[in-house]
Amino acid sequence: MYHEAIEKVSKQVLIRERYENFIGGKWVAPQEGRYFDNPSPVTGKRLCAVPRSSAADIELALDAAHKARDAWGKTSVQERSRVLNKIADKLEANLDLLALVETLDNGKPIRETTYADMPLVVDHWRYFASVVRAQEGGISEIDAETVAYHYHEPLGVVGQIIPWNFPILMATWKLAPALAAGNCVVLKPAEQTPLGILVVMELIADLLPPGVVNVVNGFGVEAGKPLAQNKRIAKIAFTGETTTGRLIMQYASDNIIPVTLELGGKSPNIFFADVADADDEFFDKALEGFAMFALNQGEVCTCPSRALIQESVYDRFMERAVARTKKIKQGHPLDATTMIGAQASNDQLEKILSYFDIGKQEGAKVLTGGKRAQLGGEIAEGYYVEPTIFEGNNKMRVFQEEIFGPVVSVTKFKDDDEALAIANDTLYGLGAGVWTRNGNRAYRFGRAIQAGRVWTNCYHAYPAHAAFGGYKASGIGRENHKMMLDHYQQTKNVLVSYGTKALGFF
Amino acid sequence: MVNRVEITDKAAEVVARLKGQHGALMFHQSGGCCDGSAPMCYPAGDFRVGPQDVLLGQIAGCKFYIGANQFDYWKHTQLIIDVVPGRGSGFSVEAPEGVRFLTRSRVFTDEEVAELEAAGPPARAA
Repeated sequence: MYHEAIEKVSKQVLIRERYENFIGGKWVAPQEGRYFDNPSPVTGKRLCAVPRSSAADIELALDAAHKARDAWGKTSVQERSRVLNKIADKLEANLDLLALVETLDNGKPIRETTYADMPLVVDHWRYFASVVRAQEGGISEIDAETVAYHYHEPLGVVGQIIPWNFPILMATWKLAPALAAGNCVVLKPAEQTPLGILVVMELIADLLPPGVVNVVNGFGVEAGKPLAQNKRIAKIAFTGETTTGRLIMQYASDNIIPVTLELGGKSPNIFFADVADADDEFFDKALEGFAMFALNQGEVCTCPSRALIQESVYDRFMERAVARTKKIKQGHPLDATTMIGAQASNDQLEKILSYFDIGKQEGAKVLTGGKRAQLGGEIAEGYYVEPTIFEGNNKMRVFQEEIFGPVVSVTKFKDDDEALAIANDTLYGLGAGVWTRNGNRAYRFGRAIQAGRVWTNCYHAYPAHAAFGGYKASGIGRENHKMMLDHYQQTKNVLVSYGTKALGFF
Repeated sequence: MVNRVEITDKAAEVVARLKGQHGALMFHQSGGCCDGSAPMCYPAGDFRVGPQDVLLGQIAGCKFYIGANQFDYWKHTQLIIDVVPGRGSGFSVEAPEGVRFLTRSRVFTDEEVAELEAAGPPARAA
């Protein structure tokens, strides 16, 4: 299945033996001539070679971006919007191919890349093509003869560092608002998953003026760091973890530039007793909501990795929840019926296994899973983990750190107060889920949980036009919404006096 | 005396090799998503630590820090820094070598907890 897929994408000349950086509208070899192998998590085997870039490549990309910035920044909003729409159309026309590439690169099931990741990508481009058209500046009448005009202006050239869990989608979340706002971009994909973004660039290269988007591949320390530290960027955007987030803020502080950061969470998914009042469609939906921890192999910043279940229905709920989890079909990511595929890298697999160890040591009980999945055949060397449920308490480390695997830690609560205390007893505040048939309680919890996104009677929906971002240590900024335009714009105020008389001060 | 952080021989060898390229090194334990929970290794001083960071100890001649808030949730466990094949994680210096440092953990015994408590809270960075 893997070989057929490789052959299929290779035939369309979109997957190459070796890639280059995309700089100034051209494919440019890394200055030091070094490359590294990009293995597919599906099989653990080499997929392609990718530039191992250095500071010199970042400088080249910044040269190209700065050359393009004035013209792109002055391009009319209509024209920029038209370009974004053309990108959306092009990606949509190649949706199946991109889904295949993303699955080969990241290991997630083809079902998800086809029906979730890529449609969201296409819609996101269209969303920013639209909202930027609707954006207005402001006029403030200070007095009868004095007016303050407010204009949106692009920041200029911005840096973006992309994570590996939704490589193309996360690149889109950052690129679309930045380009809509009139910025030029130097983007570094995750070294674990560079291929998808390179294929996207190949598809959209002729739709963008040279230098507007530049992609430089490589490792964080060698390519990401010289980008984040660079004096020639006007902003840096990053999705990842807290230590790198802090380091990026430190670098940004040296240059006094803004940052947006999305640093993950440990999202509580709260099930109140009333969800089990009837064994109906809604209860079924809630059980699916519980099993959402396995979506994308748990490699989601908002993975509902802490499930809080009301004590009075705990046993009944968990019996059904465990059964539902056991029905998750694990297998070859390219099989259209597979629900959970491969973890994105070997080190990710090792980290998850280390958490199985610590969870068991801490006394958490494994209700299902708890080990590496051995799937045999051509995917025997891929990175697969069984969907796992731990039962324990919120002080355990498996309740406090995002494992970034298909792992949920389950605990009980007695009443609303205890549910809220547990939900907020975390360093993070990115996502949360609330499941109840009681609208008043749903509202109260939606407001009281310290997290940027509270899914209410749903989970893991990411429509454009719903703001996404963190409270607490989960980061700064709101993506996936028109308010992200502000994070890529300066405000210019022109304060005009239409009077002719001197003030009389001097 | 019990240490809050240890390093495996294999990982210490990688640290020694990296010191040859980068000079003195430091560690900071990460949290959060993606490469969260990974120990990040930087040239010493590259990552600014402050009073919000706990100095957990020294491994292979490198200071090892963790955020104080995170330490509160992690303090019942000993961290054992290991190394595995891998590719990349933030700006940590070992990534281009095709390896990743990995934090393994061990729950302290009651005796160890008593000893650590008697020793008082670990030092904070200045």
